[in-house]
Amino acid sequence: MISALLLNIIVLCAIAALAAIVLYCVSQKFMVEKSPLEEAIFETLPHANCGACGKAGCQAFAEACNQADTEAFAQLFCPVGGNEVMAKIAKLKGMNSTQKARTCAVLRCQGTCQNAPDKMAYTGLKSCRVANLVMAGRGGCPNGCLRFGDCIAVCKFGALSLNPETGIPRIDYQKCTSCGACVKRCPRGLFEIRPIIDGEQVYVACRNQQKGAIARKNCSAACIACGKCSKVTPLVTIDNNLSYISSDIVPQEYGQKLADECPVKAIIYRTHM
Amino acid sequence: MKTKTFAIGGIHVDKHKISSQSAIQELALPEMVYIPVKQHIGAPAKIVVKVGDRVKVGTLLAEADGVLSASVYASVSGQVMKIEEVNSGQGYLETVITVKREGDEFEESMDLSDEIVREIPDNKEELLKIIRSAGIVGMGGAGFPTPVKTNIPEGKSVDTLIINGIECEPYLTADSRLMEEKAEQIVIGTRILNKILGIQHAIIAIDENKPQAIARLQEITKRYVGVNVQSCKSIYPQGGEKQLINTITGREVPSGKLPLDAHCVVQNVATVYAIYEAVQKRIPLFRRVLTLSGNADLTPSNYLVRIGTPISFILHENQVNMDNVGKVIAGGPMMGQAIAALEAPVTKTTSGITVLSAETADKPETSACIRCGKCVDACPMGLMPLNIRAAVEENDIAILKSLHVQDCILCGSCSYVCPAKIPLLDYCKIGKYELGRQQKAK
Repeated sequence: MISALLLNIIVLCAIAALAAIVLYCVSQKFMVEKSPLEEAIFETLPHANCGACGKAGCQAFAEACNQADTEAFAQLFCPVGGNEVMAKIAKLKGMNSTQKARTCAVLRCQGTCQNAPDKMAYTGLKSCRVANLVMAGRGGCPNGCLRFGDCIAVCKFGALSLNPETGIPRIDYQKCTSCGACVKRCPRGLFEIRPIIDGEQVYVACRNQQKGAIARKNCSAACIACGKCSKVTPLVTIDNNLSYISSDIVPQEYGQKLADECPVKAIIYRTHM
Repeated sequence: MKTKTFAIGGIHVDKHKISSQSAIQELALPEMVYIPVKQHIGAPAKIVVKVGDRVKVGTLLAEADGVLSASVYASVSGQVMKIEEVNSGQGYLETVITVKREGDEFEESMDLSDEIVREIPDNKEELLKIIRSAGIVGMGGAGFPTPVKTNIPEGKSVDTLIINGIECEPYLTADSRLMEEKAEQIVIGTRILNKILGIQHAIIAIDENKPQAIARLQEITKRYVGVNVQSCKSIYPQGGEKQLINTITGREVPSGKLPLDAHCVVQNVATVYAIYEAVQKRIPLFRRVLTLSGNADLTPSNYLVRIGTPISFILHENQVNMDNVGKVIAGGPMMGQAIAALEAPVTKTTSGITVLSAETADKPETSACIRCGKCVDACPMGLMPLNIRAAVEENDIAILKSLHVQDCILCGSCSYVCPAKIPLLDYCKIGKYELGRQQKAK
């Protein structure tokens, strides 16, 4: 009895020792050389694996940073980590870092339950992408927010939430990392990544391209392309019955004026962000 | 006759063909018609009339713009009041030509007698030209311009012409009535298609639940060598183009390919009837037969309706009690689209109007997937809707691709059979949308 037990232990130990030797040899033979720099870069990254940089994930971004020369490195940017992380990586590499203005996602729609009250009933799956295929929108605007919050599910940073009062997503500008996941998800393309200049931002919160009278029927905050804002500065253009403010604009200079000019309050001027 | 059916999937739905015994009746004419310039897949037609112009029934209003487009004709006589953008059924704006009706005057070129013209012109190009100028599109629901579908490109060959008289959607009976009442015209229309395609044979496929239509067409086809009637099993979606090809020929349309790649052309009976009218009677497509049915308080009927008639007018003429209506659907309950604006007009592709009561229209509560696999058994394309749903929730495009979500025909069989009442069809729609978008980006 004891001998059988001993035999078992001895055999198993022998197998384990053999396997250990084989594994050690194999790992030596097929070892992949990892650059310590790449490892160090990877450690500094935010590990969100969001893909906002254009690479498959943080590991791929670290690899790209490691291999990049000065010129290629200037093209790389981690929107989540921002300037801080890029500076750290640059220090590791001994290069100049890419510095970008702070940005965040904005929702270019004010089709709230109050501005664009429900006109159509929808009983299908509560998903913007399905609703977009079968109807113009509960409020009737064919370009506006569908108010089911598909964007909220893709935000990895908890920056988006559905405001129960307005029905449209609310963006937490402190948490938003400009990863662009919401931009890709929204079937109406309502999100835009815009720079924050000295904590201020100004943009047109509407994408409706219908004529003013028709747009106003569905939504009281719809841009009617009256052109008042375009007279303030040439950085505002009107195209397809819709006004658009270029992201080159300096909000401190024009923001208040533009917001005051807009008769339908479609222009949003935000300070202290 | 042996009934045939397709190889995989399919479901048994309650057919509710309550309007099958009511003969096609001409609907009263509305005061105003709203004729959309885009009632088909492709480019909108180019408007050739001005506000104030006087038109007759059959006057060209808008001309086909390019090959993938279709002309639009006036459906009433009177004056063009407006060219404006109005709400389509889904709330989007579409360009319509509004015609105010005055009397009912027809263009002289049309032959409106009941006499059946049997002599078919011989020139293939001439026939195609007539069909193109008459603005005929697939009237089963898709609205694909017919001349494009029947003009076989170089290097492709066709050996089977299938006339789709299945009408597997519940409630709808417009095609079945048309086959009973206009049997010979449909057979002559089939012969016209035969000439265009340069083949001798055609098969008219009819659901086995339409014995009268089968009997009527069998009697007629005795006189037309080469045209045969095939009874098909009453199973949904027997009338799907790919399913019907499989039923009739046993072939499978390859993934991502067209029926042409299986050497088949499928045309709906309503389209074939429109072809007959265009070629033999010089009547362009300005009217169609549609069913008004459903489980709301109404008189189930089949109407011959002028295109552009507001749906609200039809409901009013039928004296539908709108008190307990939950949903008005353009098409049948399985694949039709709910209408948000009842003033939306009837188009070339409106095969029916289904009015459902509030209780039926309510969506049931969903519960968790129990992985029973009923949706897999039901899917006529052999897909796995439950896995598609999981992949959509994970947003995994690579898996969606490997699940062949782009082959989904959106028949809704999976949602219908799901015991957990999961809207699987909606997930398939998202899957198709996401995959399509990714492929477009590439």
